[in-house]
Amino acid sequence: MPECLTNKKVLTKGNYAIANAAVLAGCQCYFGYPITPQSEIGEFMSGKMQELKRAYVSAESELAAINMVIGATSTGVKAMTSSSSCAVALMQEGLSYATADELPVVLVSVMRGGPGLGNIYPSQGDYFQATKGGGNGDYKLIVLAPSTVQECVDLTYKAFYLAHKYKNPTVLLADGLLGQMMEPVEFYDYPYPEIDNSKWALTGAKGRDGRIIRSYAPLADNQCVFLEKLFQKYKTIEENETEWEEINTEDADIVLVSFGSTSRNVKTAMKLLREKGLKVGFFRPITLFPFPTKRLAELSKTAKKFVTVEVNMGQMVNDVRLAVNGACPVELINKGVGAPPSAQEIVSRIEAL
Amino acid sequence: MATQVFKIPESLRDNVKYSFCPGCDHGVAVRLVAEVIDELGIRENSILVASIGCSVTTYDFLNVDSLEAPHGRALAEATGVKRAQPDKVVFTYQGDGDFASIGLAESMHSALRGEKLTAICINNTTYGMTGGQLGPTTLLGQVTTTSPTGRNLEYYGYPIKIAEHIALCDGTAFSARVSLDSVANIRKAKQAIKKAFEVQIHGLGFGFVEILSTCPTNWKMTPDKAHTRVREEMMPIFKPGIYKDITIN
Repeated sequence: MPECLTNKKVLTKGNYAIANAAVLAGCQCYFGYPITPQSEIGEFMSGKMQELKRAYVSAESELAAINMVIGATSTGVKAMTSSSSCAVALMQEGLSYATADELPVVLVSVMRGGPGLGNIYPSQGDYFQATKGGGNGDYKLIVLAPSTVQECVDLTYKAFYLAHKYKNPTVLLADGLLGQMMEPVEFYDYPYPEIDNSKWALTGAKGRDGRIIRSYAPLADNQCVFLEKLFQKYKTIEENETEWEEINTEDADIVLVSFGSTSRNVKTAMKLLREKGLKVGFFRPITLFPFPTKRLAELSKTAKKFVTVEVNMGQMVNDVRLAVNGACPVELINKGVGAPPSAQEIVSRIEAL
Repeated sequence: MATQVFKIPESLRDNVKYSFCPGCDHGVAVRLVAEVIDELGIRENSILVASIGCSVTTYDFLNVDSLEAPHGRALAEATGVKRAQPDKVVFTYQGDGDFASIGLAESMHSALRGEKLTAICINNTTYGMTGGQLGPTTLLGQVTTTSPTGRNLEYYGYPIKIAEHIALCDGTAFSARVSLDSVANIRKAKQAIKKAFEVQIHGLGFGFVEILSTCPTNWKMTPDKAHTRVREEMMPIFKPGIYKDITIN
């Protein structure tokens, strides 16, 4: 098991990189339940958190784990859980409550194959689960999608920051490939400012009336006011935090859109297609909510076609279609589950379009 | 010289709209919790985790920092609060459905881990807020809206004896069942609630009190008849008593 490292370049697995980054980000509490392909996160945390005298609980279920995170974050501290697919499904209730409670919950979701028990191969089948939500009511989770082990580190830091900045549950959406893959990564000190939570955190009602963190709104009018406020916050998040990577899109006839680990082969495919003289660009949403809708809409004025590449039956393609809004065709290259299509396979399928 | 013999506990909020039905024992139970918080001097150091059911409004009465948990998840959230803030006094206030049906895993595991928490569970043998359906503590033979001819073994199985089960958990420091059917029993109930807080404050483990309570509205009884039912029907099955107290045995 790797040590907690800072300011060093090391070769490590995505899961360890996430866990190590969470510790460096100042995560005070980890609550989790084992599931492949992310169990290394809980294993790392069980040792490290005890060594640092921070909180660690082997929760009795994912239901309990997400609610323990709600409890811990209600007191203002940084806290997290991690899980995968069919077990993240169990956390949807808690995520809905955490958005209504406006709590800075951090969830690391390392996707595997589904539906049902599925399998432990990499997958992007939980794009909908993360961005559209399986919990009840109108809400959004902030969703960050790393594509390298280094980004697992960078975006873990960012997940804690955005969760606290906006008091909204934030998901780091990785997959089994990233979780299990080893790459050189550099750790560094938490680069974001600490957010003042003294105005709302539950710390004991010293010299004041008790604060209530609640989602129960018996009166319809009050709930309408709350929902307007909540969605004003999401608008602010969209304006401030939308993040993406784009290469060679300015003159592109075909824009390849892909997120997470799959995007790596897509980027290579774009380069190979450019070498063949095709005007192909590459576009990678880094924040899945907020989704880079505006930028894709701009690109749809010059591009002739968009092609999304995903390891699922076609989920993000729907958001690309909404962004493009009929300006040009949006095609899908996909496989249901497993390692992403190779760069050569993507090249062949683009050429065949 | 005049001596004050009765006052509103300082841990109760002012000008609260009373939300419980007439004759319901919730009001007495919440007041006892407030009195105990006053006597232990922990109002400014306590965090309540409220649950779903009639118990959800507890935070409207108790003037302490409060968090509302999803149905059944109160003790998971309380675990999170306590692990994040070990110096705070953290307690839940739940009904029997929340604690012993949908939340049984969270309840048992909190006790098994020996979380330094206090859990108060109101047992009124029914789901009160939703209109009186069969719950985990509904007695055999009891008619509810979902046991129209009474609870029978064939369809529903047995009710759970909560305080006995919690007492079996090694992490439990104190487990008791009390009743609010008489002044003498209300006094005993307060002592038990206080003990359940004290074991947490002294870091001894999980403190638990099951409170036998009335639901006159859904039982379709007067408050007086409801207390008679507690005595004659509930107490023979759910026997009041201290089932575990590691400070004396």
